[in-house]
Amino acid sequence: MVKYLLLRIANYALLLFIAVSLAWVLAQTQLHPRQLFEVRNPPIDPQSIENILRAANVSDHVPLWDRYVTWIRGIFLHWDWGTSPGGADVGDEIGRRIWVSFRLVTIGWLLGTFIGVTLGAWTAVRQYRISDRVVTALILILVATPSYVTGEVSKMVATVVNKQVGFQLFLFLGEKSTGTLPSYPLSDVVDRVQHMVLPTLVLTLLGMAGLQRLQRGLMLDALGSDFVRTARAKGLRENKAVMKHALRTALIPTGTYFAFQAATLFVGATFTERIFAFQGMGIYGVDTISKQNINGVVAVTAFGGLCYLVGALLADLMVAFLDPRVRLS
Amino acid sequence: MTTTEPAIRNRQTAAGDVVLSVRNLHVTFPSEAGLVKAVRGLSFDLLAGETMAIVGESGSGKSVTSLAIMGLHPRNARIAGSITLHGRELVGLSDAEMSSIRGEDLAMIFQDPLSALTPVYTIGDQIVEAIQTHHDVGRTQAWKRAVELLDLVGIPNPQLRVKSFPHEFSGGMRQRAMIAQAIANDPDVIIADEPTTALDVTIQAQVLEVLKKAQLETGAAVIMITHDLGVVAGMSDRVTVMYAGRPVEQGSVDDIFYNPRMPYTIGLLGAVPRLDATNSEPLATLQGNPPTVVDLPPGCPFVPRCPLAHAGCREQEPELAPVGPGHTTACWESDRIRAEKLTSKDIFPAPVIERTVFESIPRDERDTVLSLAGMKKHYPLMKGAVLRRRVGTVYAVDGIDLDLRRGETLGLVGESGCGKSTTLLEILNLHSPTDGKIVVFGKDTSRLNRGETKTMRRDLQVVFQDPMASLDPRMPIFDIIAEPLGVHGWSKGKIETRVMELLKTVGLEESHANRYPQHFSGGQRQRVGIARALALEPELIVLDEPVSALDVSIQAGIINLLEELKQRLTLSYLFVAHDLAVIRHIADRVAVMYLGKIVEIGTVAEVYNRPSHPYTQALLSAIPIPDPQTERTRTRILLRGDLPSPANPPSGCKFRTRCPIFEQLTPEQRTPCLETMPPLDPAPAGAVVALQEAISLSATARGAGDTRVDHLVACYYARPTKVL
Amino acid sequence: MSIDFRISEEPEALDGATAPIAPISKRLSRGQLVRRRFFRNRSAVVGLVIIGVLVVLALFGQYLLPWQFDQRDLGQYYKPPSAQHLFGTTQAGFDVMSRTVRGLGKSLIIGFMVAIIQTTMAALIGSSAAYIGGWYERAWLWVIDLMLVLPSFFLIAIVSQGGPKGQYAWLLLVVLLAAFGWQLSARVVRSLSMSVKEREYVAAARFMGLSTPRLLVRHIVPNIASMLIVDVCLGVGYAILGEAGLSYFGYGVQAPDTSLGTLISEGAQSTTIAPWIFLAPASVLVLLVMCVNALGDGLRDALDPSSLSGGQA
Repeated sequence: MVKYLLLRIANYALLLFIAVSLAWVLAQTQLHPRQLFEVRNPPIDPQSIENILRAANVSDHVPLWDRYVTWIRGIFLHWDWGTSPGGADVGDEIGRRIWVSFRLVTIGWLLGTFIGVTLGAWTAVRQYRISDRVVTALILILVATPSYVTGEVSKMVATVVNKQVGFQLFLFLGEKSTGTLPSYPLSDVVDRVQHMVLPTLVLTLLGMAGLQRLQRGLMLDALGSDFVRTARAKGLRENKAVMKHALRTALIPTGTYFAFQAATLFVGATFTERIFAFQGMGIYGVDTISKQNINGVVAVTAFGGLCYLVGALLADLMVAFLDPRVRLS
Repeated sequence: MTTTEPAIRNRQTAAGDVVLSVRNLHVTFPSEAGLVKAVRGLSFDLLAGETMAIVGESGSGKSVTSLAIMGLHPRNARIAGSITLHGRELVGLSDAEMSSIRGEDLAMIFQDPLSALTPVYTIGDQIVEAIQTHHDVGRTQAWKRAVELLDLVGIPNPQLRVKSFPHEFSGGMRQRAMIAQAIANDPDVIIADEPTTALDVTIQAQVLEVLKKAQLETGAAVIMITHDLGVVAGMSDRVTVMYAGRPVEQGSVDDIFYNPRMPYTIGLLGAVPRLDATNSEPLATLQGNPPTVVDLPPGCPFVPRCPLAHAGCREQEPELAPVGPGHTTACWESDRIRAEKLTSKDIFPAPVIERTVFESIPRDERDTVLSLAGMKKHYPLMKGAVLRRRVGTVYAVDGIDLDLRRGETLGLVGESGCGKSTTLLEILNLHSPTDGKIVVFGKDTSRLNRGETKTMRRDLQVVFQDPMASLDPRMPIFDIIAEPLGVHGWSKGKIETRVMELLKTVGLEESHANRYPQHFSGGQRQRVGIARALALEPELIVLDEPVSALDVSIQAGIINLLEELKQRLTLSYLFVAHDLAVIRHIADRVAVMYLGKIVEIGTVAEVYNRPSHPYTQALLSAIPIPDPQTERTRTRILLRGDLPSPANPPSGCKFRTRCPIFEQLTPEQRTPCLETMPPLDPAPAGAVVALQEAISLSATARGAGDTRVDHLVACYYARPTKVL
Repeated sequence: MSIDFRISEEPEALDGATAPIAPISKRLSRGQLVRRRFFRNRSAVVGLVIIGVLVVLALFGQYLLPWQFDQRDLGQYYKPPSAQHLFGTTQAGFDVMSRTVRGLGKSLIIGFMVAIIQTTMAALIGSSAAYIGGWYERAWLWVIDLMLVLPSFFLIAIVSQGGPKGQYAWLLLVVLLAAFGWQLSARVVRSLSMSVKEREYVAAARFMGLSTPRLLVRHIVPNIASMLIVDVCLGVGYAILGEAGLSYFGYGVQAPDTSLGTLISEGAQSTTIAPWIFLAPASVLVLLVMCVNALGDGLRDALDPSSLSGGQA
């Protein structure tokens, strides 16, 4: 088992290495940081530009292979992911932003999963009844609604509410207020909560919608299965047979999904970060592209890839944990 | 039973009293095509301690009945009539009330033991749950009881196995666990819905034995739902035959088997190939298929298939009426059947099949169309999804020799996992096997060029088991049958005539050509499959369980057709099947396989009358015979345990781990069995020993065989025995 | 459910092997059954109708609507919805409705093109991998893994940022969205093809001597066609949302061209003073994706005989 796991990790490492290298080639050939400096006014002298670019290892005058070797050396010898064309260290930036994203996403993710699974199981049991139809219809709308629309709409509603109540109940710029806080106790905590409500709501709805659909389908399969009928034949009441036999079995794929998401949380909320002005990983990825920050965008994609693979690994472990059929073979 | 069982309830009914009574039961539910009247007026009384069989083909309403009694029918089904248990009405009870009865007074055993057990809980947990749902027993005590129950149903090492998950059990063991769970609360009635249909014959024999034991221990009445008339004959006291949702004949098991009064029952009994039949006359065939129970026309639903039907039968459906003590039938003609003593041969005339020219040519003088020499097929055993790695070898076929002569049918029999289907696929692949040689029409398949391969593909055809799976659902019948013709470059016009000709040959109509497979019944689809195999006028057809997916009444028609075609078109068949009765009926020679090896081979007469290998003997003795008296007096050899995995076969003789002879041997006598697989040598000559005696006799080394007799057996202690 | 239930739910031939088959009218063909099951699903039918209306609007909108998308109503800046401008006007006096219809058209084109391309790729790669197997299959599986590892959104954005600009730049977007959209479907197609390949009728065809390409075309692809139809449908939704997401950050369709995504992104900047500029394209987007999803679900249920849409009366 351990050997198998190690082999698997080795395969993933290779996969990640090649994927990130390809992303690096893509970024180096498609982005043009030189343009950033050429349009400056007053103009900067070409040699200075070249020096700046060479310092960041993004000059298109250096052969691609040489740049690649420099980049790889930096990572493997010094764990140095390079700098932006402006000279800011990419590693530092990412190290800080990971936690911003994490703080933003965690609660919404947990809530979304929990509500989604509960709703999914509940509606499956009540298939074709009014409650199922209503929930399923609402979920259909939510699934079709991208997070930037949910986000913008929530901001619009919050603005109206704020106006109605006469003070800033919901705040939606960043993680916390930048100015001086009121002097009542725990005002910093309250301030953070005020900032968190809307983005958490958006992420909860997002996660909930997907999971409800997944769980409802799984649950319907499980409900129709022979072993639920056996449980009923033993004398279990409907609810107990459903909870103990159908739900437990239907939770296996959901558990896998949950484990997979745990790792990918960090890069998954680009739109929400933009809308609510959180300086997280997702928005960093977008910003680095528009700012021609080659090293930055490669580092973000590499981090995203790492998360994906860790997620895949966690998902495997989760299945082994939840499903005795997998565990024992 | 034992000391720790939950307080045994005083039986509310003495032996001979009615436990469960069903009156005029109707079950209907909506479907795409209209209202399905799945059960239409079923009545019976079940006496304490007795076994009643409900027999019927698919769609007859027998399984729906069982679910309705349990109150587990789909929510949209409507139930009318009355079901009383100990005089208490069950129809209309609330779920809570029904739940207190289910598992306590009424228990059920389902067909597929894999899907019927929850995969994520241990066997022990599931039995404990059954106990604790109804009795306030502590966990340790319930757990202890679970172990006892597993011991009772014959699970080895119950203390250990109680902690296993369902997927760690073999099919037979799962079904034993199901039985243990069903009898956990000492129920009054056990409903067994096709409890052995998914199992191999030797395992079926074990499980039926366990079921009998369980019934003896609990004194429960059993409703046995099955399509297998052999199982009915061996297990039941009384029988209800169902057709199109209605009971058509009810009576004691002897009444039904020896004195049937309803043409359907008579036809069903005449259509089953008998394991103990010494002649191979064509089987009685019921034309047509069971009806669907949507929009039934008035009158008796059996009319379209009934040769005795007259105008009156079309007008009114007959009610069950007594024809003897405890014997009722629903047939307008039952008096005539009694008066004229009509049998299946009188009512359902069997086709006359002419014999070929080959019959008169001695076997040795005919060409060999297929021969296998030391053929082996090993698969790597792989594990892992992403990084697949080899963890072992599956010895699917491990060195077999056989040959098939022109105009001959060779039956290849064995239980699942014995390698019979692998053998067949290896032949069809026309590649070189892992080891050994496959020679088809005198040519070694490992040395074929393209042209030869194509010719061979023309002359060698296949008919598969599942007629639905072997026909592309998106192609009309015409295209399906025409496909091989197209591949072999026939012109359009010629294809057209050929397809029409073929449809007629297999008993279908030209007008069927434009229809899709899903419009046909199983039997008709199998006819299409046969037509496709015949299209290119092959010489050799390999058949992979061609009738095992079909209902009994349909099966006979296909068997007769295959036989007729073989004679008419001088075909050779390699017929793979697990059903030894079918093989006895159709084959000239038979090879018995066990774990990738042939253990006995010879003419049908030799192998069935003088089975010499203990496995063949066990196999033959395990198969239930549709004859209650024979069943009551038969001796059975029950094999221990399951087939070992072909990935990890035992050393020496592959059968020794389950061999009843091996068990009796002294350590010195065992040495050869442990060291080498016995070679296939001529079967010992001499008189056959009765099975009863053979079991008690001590083993002796095999006697010399007669090389002129076509009968080889691979056992150091082979002894011809009379099993049937 | 028991065997008996299942068999009686799918009515089969009623008659004998030698007796003539009952009149056709009594039996439902597969096509009829699919249609029946589909039309029972109300949300799918509504979805289909709305998609139809939106497509007509996108095709002929410029002839039907009073305002052209590039026509300014001078003096009418930031006007809320009125009889004259049903969805209001923008900062520059453009009619929001005609711009939404214009954007809808582009989104629809992109959606359908991407969906068709990616499903075709998925079908070809998935089924050939399943059928050919060996190193070929492993290579594709590895490529799929490789492409799934990295966040495709960023990669598309990089190419879009650095790629050529101009009137046909959106075609590049189509290619990119399709290039990163086929992998999951290809995996599904592959496993589906594997199971089809295991079926006996494919074995039968192989033993007849059918060549591999003919086997693929005749027996494997048609049998995964229903999955592919559904995949195209859901792919349209995916592509429209993907394009809109990219446009939201300015990496999608570039001005002067416009799509629902660019309109939403523009509107998002003035939600407080003129919410209609945002709400109009956003609601059309949600409506469109919803209908496409409902249609896809409905098709899947109708085409898949094992789904639970049957038997509910």
